[in-house]
Amino acid sequence: MATVFQKPSTLTDAKLHYCPGCTHGIIHRLVAEAIESLGIDGITVGVAPVGCSVMAYDYFTCDMVQAPHGRAPAVATGLKRARPENIVFTYQGDGDLAAIGTAETVHSATRGENITIIFVNNAIYGMTGGQMAPTTLPGQVTQTTPYGRDTSIAGFPVRVCEMLSTLDGVEYAERVSVDTVPNINNAARAIKKAFQNQIDKKGFSIVEVVSTCPTNWGLTPVEALGWLRENMLPYYPLGVYKDRSAGKETK
Amino acid sequence: MAERILMKGNEALAEAAIRAGCRHFFGYPITPQTEISAYMAKKMPKVGGLYLQAESEVAAINMVLGAASAGVRTMTSSSSPGISLKTEGISYIAGSDLPCVIIDIQRGGPGLGGIQPSQADYWQATKATGHGDFQLLVFAPSTVQEMANTVFDAFELAEKYRMPAMIFADGMLGQMMEPVTFPEREPEISEKPWAADGHKGQRTHNIINSLYLQPQDLERLVRERFERYDVIKKTEVRYDEFMTEDADILLVAYGATARIVKSAVVEARSKGIKAGLLRPITLWPFPSEAIAAAAANTKAILCVEMSMGQMVDDVRLAVGGKQVDFFGRTGGIIPTPAEVLAQIEELARR
Amino acid sequence: MAKMTVDESVCKGCGLCVEVCPKKIVTLDQSHLNAKGYHPASVTDQALCIGCAMCAKMCPDCAITVER
Repeated sequence: MATVFQKPSTLTDAKLHYCPGCTHGIIHRLVAEAIESLGIDGITVGVAPVGCSVMAYDYFTCDMVQAPHGRAPAVATGLKRARPENIVFTYQGDGDLAAIGTAETVHSATRGENITIIFVNNAIYGMTGGQMAPTTLPGQVTQTTPYGRDTSIAGFPVRVCEMLSTLDGVEYAERVSVDTVPNINNAARAIKKAFQNQIDKKGFSIVEVVSTCPTNWGLTPVEALGWLRENMLPYYPLGVYKDRSAGKETK
Repeated sequence: MAERILMKGNEALAEAAIRAGCRHFFGYPITPQTEISAYMAKKMPKVGGLYLQAESEVAAINMVLGAASAGVRTMTSSSSPGISLKTEGISYIAGSDLPCVIIDIQRGGPGLGGIQPSQADYWQATKATGHGDFQLLVFAPSTVQEMANTVFDAFELAEKYRMPAMIFADGMLGQMMEPVTFPEREPEISEKPWAADGHKGQRTHNIINSLYLQPQDLERLVRERFERYDVIKKTEVRYDEFMTEDADILLVAYGATARIVKSAVVEARSKGIKAGLLRPITLWPFPSEAIAAAAANTKAILCVEMSMGQMVDDVRLAVGGKQVDFFGRTGGIIPTPAEVLAQIEELARR
Repeated sequence: MAKMTVDESVCKGCGLCVEVCPKKIVTLDQSHLNAKGYHPASVTDQALCIGCAMCAKMCPDCAITVER
């Protein structure tokens, strides 16, 4: 018998600290598979954020740097500018990338930094126990929107791919999901492309992965995938928002 | 024979940094340090280096964190309000044991304050450049020549001890022009086996990190860092003494203020008052023992600063219970030699 | 002939593999707990496994290896 599926060699043996059913684990694996299949583990440097994935530095076999909250794209800029021959990626959640780190995100994008950003959008702050995120949906109940997100008070969610796709510096922006196996396969393709773009010196590439947080959503892992499909995907439509080299400027 | 060039302090700092092997500079405009960025923007492309203007001081210091993680010699510069923004990144850099150089060309504060010279950020530089238990190496040059020399030391000691170093000057030193001879000194750039520069399949992965969730681990690492600080306190203290041997009145001042105090000391001597100046060059590590020794037989001690009195705390700690007087101007006002002389004369009459 | 094996030591019993299996042969083993205190995933009838690896692709913890 041949092995048709096993854990990629580019993940360490460390056991993931994520809650049961948390899709961070799937996304970690997809990133690791991209690094493995492109043969770039030895020249890749990852940047871990602050949030649930803060300890991503323990899980990838490539070199890793842990950044201050929201500053991962600035840290990645420094890493890449210092050693342009290396492949640099950030792995960031919604609070990190689209709230406290909005400036670093937008400006690394508009500078066209030749880096890869993996953006995990699960509409909540997971690590701190389920507060409103910049991507929390209108009406969504969180610890800090206990009556549902009231847009007259808390404003509206940020659609990151749509926003970044307007910037000239961006090469590639795609939103994917990991709620089904076909969507996971598609996410794998997008993540690999985002790394390949960097190898090809095409510039700033971001893959937004619509993800779940069963614990803080108060759902079972299976229910959480259903909630993602019913609530998040209508607000955050999947697809390619920008692919400059392919002549696709906006969706 | 090396050439003597007339230069602004800020430009001398920038040129010296390039000569010291810095090829990655991340900046953000703020008065009165802007000439550093402008000089870097002009010169870096000509030496194969990078000047990158960040979107904020916050981003600039984090770009420094990234470049330092990659193992290159890197630097940023700012002025007081901008340093406040950088303190987050500086804390992470210290907590990750990364070397870099940060330049602070101080201006008046608090808040937006003013754009004239100040020394009101002594506490920030030496006691609280961010959260947590850590120190920076803090160098306080007082001439343009010393600004240039200090850059080499700052990079080398930052790398030796794997910690950030600050060159702590002010708008007067940054803006003034003086002749400078650049040290003919090859930069000693050390190997960095800890860097996150890609393992190339040759080693296990390097992790640059400041997070330690087990308190025992964090305490152990902080204690290790403080053992390094103890070595620094023993070996890296720098100061300059002027006419302190027989002084009845010991003055303590640093940076631009020390130049003014030196003039006042010369004037006091001409009037028969035995004044002397001890000028700390490193503010951390602080020359406590040297100050205690210089103050052993003096009748009075006067600390002069462009602030409401910040370094004076450390002088008082150094001399253990002796009276230390203070004279300062703040808000961007530079004390005059006559004002300092008047203080010396008053102490002499006491 | 295909085989799905679960590394019980990393399984968190989330049940995503149970849901995604087209042959409905994956279950959370209620008869015992792993060291983490979860009922780990297991196969009820290995002979029915087609080796599609859907369970493994859905697993957030890389607990599943599939051979065919």
